[in-house]
Amino acid sequence: MQSLTNRSKVVVHKEMTFWERLYLPAVFKGMWITLKHFFRTLLKGPSTVRYPEEKRPFAPIWRGWHVLKRDEEGRERCTACGLCAVACPAEAITMVAAERQKGEEHLYREEKYAAVYEINMLRCIFCGLCEEACPKEAIFLTDRIVPADYVRQNFIFGKDLLVEGIEPEKRIDVSKRQKHLTEKQAVPS
Amino acid sequence: MLILFTTALLIEKSILVLALFLVTLGVAAYATLAERKVAAAMQDRVGPDRTGPFGILQPIADGVKFFMKEDFMPNSAERWLYILAPGAFMFVACMTSAVIPWGTQLTLFGRPIDLQVADLNIGILYILGFTSLGVYGVMVGGWASNNKYSLYSAIRASAQMISYELAMGLALIAVVMFTGTLSLREMAEQQAGLNWNIWYQPLGFLIFFVCALAECNRAPFDMAECETELIGGYHTEYSSMKLGFFLFAEYINMFIACAVIAVVYFGGYNFPGLDPSWLGGLMGLVVMLAKTFFFIFVFMWIRWTLPRFRYDQLMQLGWKTLVPLALANMILTGGFVLLFGK
Repeated sequence: MQSLTNRSKVVVHKEMTFWERLYLPAVFKGMWITLKHFFRTLLKGPSTVRYPEEKRPFAPIWRGWHVLKRDEEGRERCTACGLCAVACPAEAITMVAAERQKGEEHLYREEKYAAVYEINMLRCIFCGLCEEACPKEAIFLTDRIVPADYVRQNFIFGKDLLVEGIEPEKRIDVSKRQKHLTEKQAVPS
Repeated sequence: MLILFTTALLIEKSILVLALFLVTLGVAAYATLAERKVAAAMQDRVGPDRTGPFGILQPIADGVKFFMKEDFMPNSAERWLYILAPGAFMFVACMTSAVIPWGTQLTLFGRPIDLQVADLNIGILYILGFTSLGVYGVMVGGWASNNKYSLYSAIRASAQMISYELAMGLALIAVVMFTGTLSLREMAEQQAGLNWNIWYQPLGFLIFFVCALAECNRAPFDMAECETELIGGYHTEYSSMKLGFFLFAEYINMFIACAVIAVVYFGGYNFPGLDPSWLGGLMGLVVMLAKTFFFIFVFMWIRWTLPRFRYDQLMQLGWKTLVPLALANMILTGGFVLLFGK
């Protein structure tokens, strides 16, 4: 029968030759390989990364822990329109909308805002459809890893974990992600 | 005069025994770290490095951890045998180092001092005897655990030890015929300079080395442990320091096996240019330890290269290959000794 790929190998149950039955040549060959690895590791260092101390750069397309952005004046951009929740294929996003009261103009950009905004990180599949759906450029996926936890309840991230801080140093940079998204949208589909 | 002599001898031997005991335990402890480091380097990783620089405190941390763990005993275990087994294994492992000559005679305070606890004239028989006792720890431990995996492991271990001890003994007989002595010190003394037994007994060395791997339950012959099929084998049901004893004793066994290989085949403390002065004697000790450590490295090297043998392959190799080879080696050696003398 003709094989579909060129990777298939015909199995031959042949008797082992004298050299093969000696085992020793094969043993020494194997030991030579491990010895090469041994000295390469000793001289050039291991090929592993000591993770918590040493971090590798994320790819620009990496999608991790979401952030709810504020505008330049520190007001929340989210208006609780619910498009992200509709777009979400995993139904991970829930929110409760509320009306902005007088005196809260410095907190929320528009008249409506999300009083509660929750993402269940166990449901989330980090597809990024929410950021594509968002008309206000409020939600972005960042290069932060969602930490592990022991309790399921703790994976429901509320606004305390999602909204970025007001102070400039607590702002989360999403420029790379924004650039990637615009480039992606520029491609005619 | 006699009393003085006896006291001096007693003090000397006590110090030697204590030093040897400490060195053995220290080497075994650091062999565990070395094993992990060697494994890591061969697999392009770092290995333990969280406890002190290069992880040098790891054995101490392991020891502390072993003592802090719950000492669990299964309900259905044979109580006394279960407790006895790790101790017996450890005791036997520590006993064998007594007859190994670690260096030449030193002269300290006007007394000649052998760097050897006991120069038995049947040193090799002593070692063979004690290594075969070593299987009792495994066997009793496996039996007393009352667990089918442990029992399988015990059966395998005893069958393996019996099979490989045969070839090991036959390989050693060739050396004994060649050197004409059973004492390890005399054997070492005959191999002055580079006149090592390995040049005359290469096949014997190979057989002995393979058997030593099997006797130490080291990969590729670790049929008794077999994490993948016997989930640890004879020490499945052990925890805390009892488990620690089993694991530790294996490393002691490895150290002793490597020392025996160094003495019997690689000239022990001999190296070209060994002079019997004080400094030369110490150098001999260093050379002896260096040879031993090299073989420990080779043991680890093999462990992280070769996969485990199947049980029937193990028996096939033992009975159908090593024993006939060892017999042929013995007959050839006997013929040569008869024809040409030593």
